[in-house]
Amino acid sequence: MKLIYTDVLVIGGGLAGMRTAIGVKRRGLDTLVLSLVPAKRSHSVAAQGGMQASLANCVKAAGDNEDIHFQDTVRGSDWGCDQQVARMFTHMAPKAVRELAAWGVPWNRVRKGEHEVVINGQRVTLTAPAKAHGLITARDFGGTKKWRTCYTSDGTGHAMLYTLGDQAVAASIPVEERKEAMALIHDQGRCYGAVVRDLISGELSAYLAKATVMATGGYGRIYGVSTNAIINEGIGQALALETGVARLANMEAVQFHPTAIVPAGILVTEGCRGDGGLLRDKDGHRFMPDYEPDKKELASRDVVSRRMAEHMRKGKGVASPYGDHLWLDITVLGEAHINKNLREVKDICQYFLGIDPSKEWIPVRPTQHYSMGGIRTDYRGESPWLSGLFACGEVACWDMHGFNRLGGNSVAETVVSGMLVSEYIADFCQKPENDLTVSTHLAAEFLQRETDKLKRLFTSSGDENAVAIRKRMEQILMEKVGLFRNGEHLREAVEELQQLLIRSRQISVASQAQGANPELVLAYRLPRMLKIAIGIALGALQRTESRGAHYREDHPERNDRDWLNRTLCHWNSEDDTLPVLDYEPLDVNTMELPPGFRGYGTKNIIEHPATEARQTQVDRITEAAPSDLNEQLMPFRHLLPEKYRGDNERLEDSNP
Amino acid sequence: MKRTLNFNIFRYNPQDPASHPHMEAYTLQETAGMTLFIALNQIRELQAPSLAFDFVCRAGVCGSCSMLINGRPRLACRTLTESLPDTITLLPLPTFELIADLSVNSGKWMRAMSERLETWVHSVEETDLDRIELPMDPDLAEHIYELDRCIECGCCVTACGTAQMREDFIGAVGINKIARFKADPRDQRNDQDYYAVVGDDDGVFGCMSLLGCQDVCPKELSLQTQIAYIRRKMAFAGL
Ligand SMILES: Cc1cc2nc3c(=O)[nH]c(=O)nc-3n(C[C@H](O)[C@H](O)[C@H](O)COP(=O)(O)OP(=O)(O)OC[C@H]3O[C@@H](n4cnc5c(N)ncnc54)[C@H](O)[C@@H]3O)c2cc1C
Repeated sequence: MKLIYTDVLVIGGGLAGMRTAIGVKRRGLDTLVLSLVPAKRSHSVAAQGGMQASLANCVKAAGDNEDIHFQDTVRGSDWGCDQQVARMFTHMAPKAVRELAAWGVPWNRVRKGEHEVVINGQRVTLTAPAKAHGLITARDFGGTKKWRTCYTSDGTGHAMLYTLGDQAVAASIPVEERKEAMALIHDQGRCYGAVVRDLISGELSAYLAKATVMATGGYGRIYGVSTNAIINEGIGQALALETGVARLANMEAVQFHPTAIVPAGILVTEGCRGDGGLLRDKDGHRFMPDYEPDKKELASRDVVSRRMAEHMRKGKGVASPYGDHLWLDITVLGEAHINKNLREVKDICQYFLGIDPSKEWIPVRPTQHYSMGGIRTDYRGESPWLSGLFACGEVACWDMHGFNRLGGNSVAETVVSGMLVSEYIADFCQKPENDLTVSTHLAAEFLQRETDKLKRLFTSSGDENAVAIRKRMEQILMEKVGLFRNGEHLREAVEELQQLLIRSRQISVASQAQGANPELVLAYRLPRMLKIAIGIALGALQRTESRGAHYREDHPERNDRDWLNRTLCHWNSEDDTLPVLDYEPLDVNTMELPPGFRGYGTKNIIEHPATEARQTQVDRITEAAPSDLNEQLMPFRHLLPEKYRGDNERLEDSNP
Repeated sequence: MKRTLNFNIFRYNPQDPASHPHMEAYTLQETAGMTLFIALNQIRELQAPSLAFDFVCRAGVCGSCSMLINGRPRLACRTLTESLPDTITLLPLPTFELIADLSVNSGKWMRAMSERLETWVHSVEETDLDRIELPMDPDLAEHIYELDRCIECGCCVTACGTAQMREDFIGAVGINKIARFKADPRDQRNDQDYYAVVGDDDGVFGCMSLLGCQDVCPKELSLQTQIAYIRRKMAFAGL
């Protein structure tokens, strides 16, 4: 039996995992990172448009701060998020960008003097002051009041992940590539590590750790068409679910991005619209202002995606052999801008569509993009049910996104949560009661269980075909658990997905190769994907309201009275075909920003009985303008590690 | 354009005692807009469930799927079949350790290169994260990003004459990294420090200027210019 010991086992080598590993290493702990693929090839590398942080350096960011970023984030979430966590996040985001700047990310910078930009289809000249010259600039993104998204052209994820990957090499952090976590080792409510399969040799080993961190990314690829990397199959969420103890949250909150190209489903960044790009229909008409006179193309993603679908339902889509689509027009931005700030977009258009986006419109349509739901954690990133199991990044429901995440807030979350969670983990590991006292029996038992499962797949006489089951799962999610949902379709989805899960237990594998064996990999991952799929569909079926990305045609109102809560999901026994759902309420009485209208989308709200009183209270405190306003409205600073509690300096502070 | 495509694909799984290196033929109906990503997945789904290959982003940015496509190193995900003749031969990238079939361990190679060249910003100061960041000239930031765009796909190493002969040659990918960090004022290393890691025949002086690297780079990086620049700087540093 192969046993490997470390203090902190980080599962996932994307932005979240890398920043966490660097953080715990700096605190003097031993750590190692596992990844399905070379870490720099993780999905994070494909993030394009940028990272939100309220630096307020560029002209259109003047006056921005943590408060506005916080409010945008809560509105974006449709009041589904944890406001304390959102506060911690917006406070940390400027620090995270500045840290990355010091570590090597070549953020685009403010250039003093006049420059032309496109706003609302018009060319406008802005003048940047000399004092901002050379500071980190930002672009506009959806659902934000200020230009707040910091970027390196449209290769932001690349620049960030390479910087963090290189810093991990500098810190001598081992990254074990082509290793797959297969099960979490746990006992009596404590997590002790994971059983891991070597994807080259096929060998199984047990990794034992004081703290185990899931940083395995999202679950987009269980949908038939997704902008996600193809390795984003929700395995991390499923491993947590399979403990039977840890819980997932808000799995039904699945984001569709307005602009993925048709048919490949590859994303072109929100930065296209942020920089001034327009959406047009089959008649060339710019339709978004008809629906969203205020934010137009730059309402939040859930709203823009639904408006697009609504417009196509009216027959305004462009017919194509791959179904209807709309146009994204960035020709208005001009070739020079595209060549400099939207070069990945240009490459994608050239290679996958054979068009030049500075001359032709891009065929786009809403496509699965982001998983707001995931492993439920407290603000420290730890599972409240399984001590020693931490999660951060897209895999987690830390819960700053609620039912809809804003563009640019995800890569920001990965790094911010990595900074924070690594500190809380270090504190956890330094407590004597959290020493590793696991018996090797336990490790052996979990290892044996996984060994037996694989053996069964090799020797099974079952006649089910994994590819066929997977395709059907993808199709069900696309057709019945997509942008528009209703009770009837969701019921059918839950029913059929359960059938698929039962059938998936009869999959057999022909190829007997022990090492690299894609057939085997699909066979053992598929039941896990199906559990996630069922969790999404059941969550969506039971949530009889519309909030953020979760839209029920049969319940179009946001129902704060009955549904201002977070869906929790756990899986009792391996033989079950359904998870158990329960609900964690959000407390209006502690909210800094009580529920209200988002300012975009349709206003259709059933109010929570406590909202009005809380709003009055908040208004009273705010009017009095005490020096410790935050403390009185909703204290959060005490939750942060001490070294991160300081105020963020801005130009306006340095030059009064 | 309804063509039947004839694929010849290298098959070998070193972990499987029953496997031996050979080429295997598959045929497929071409569809509109078909990429090698789509084609290989169809082959795997319907004809060869054990066929190993690596795709991650499938959008031309992660560098996982480079392979020899009719003899030329390219990213498979963004190669349209319509740009190829109806016979398509696929081989794993040479130079890198073979995992199985079309999958190679370029990640391991790149990590070793990073460790050797210390491809990170060397800086001793701790940054005060509460304070406004240090300014950087906007043009310089753009220049660094230009050099930072390498996706470590390994195509340049495969196309390199020196890398075929010298196992430890760092390739254009490595030399470009040095150019990237040398351009970055945040990296406090000086030319002598860079010389210590690239100033030999396994480094910049091993380059024979055949420039296969630049021809095949999917990101169209100015590798030729960077190699010439670093060679000049290192020649001085070595005096
Ligand atoms: C095309 C695209 C563009 C985007 N652009 C932006 C943007 O501009 N701004 C923004 O804020 N957000 C953007 N996002 C979202 C953002 O990129 C992701 O949410 C974020 O990068 C997720 O990072 P992560 O570290 O949580 O996970 P990932 O980067 O997905 O990393 C997951 C890691 O886990 C590993 N892993 C998974 N399962 C296992 C297992 N079982 N065992 C071992 N390892 C495992 C993987 O190998 C990988 O290393 C974009 C998303 C897409 C799809």
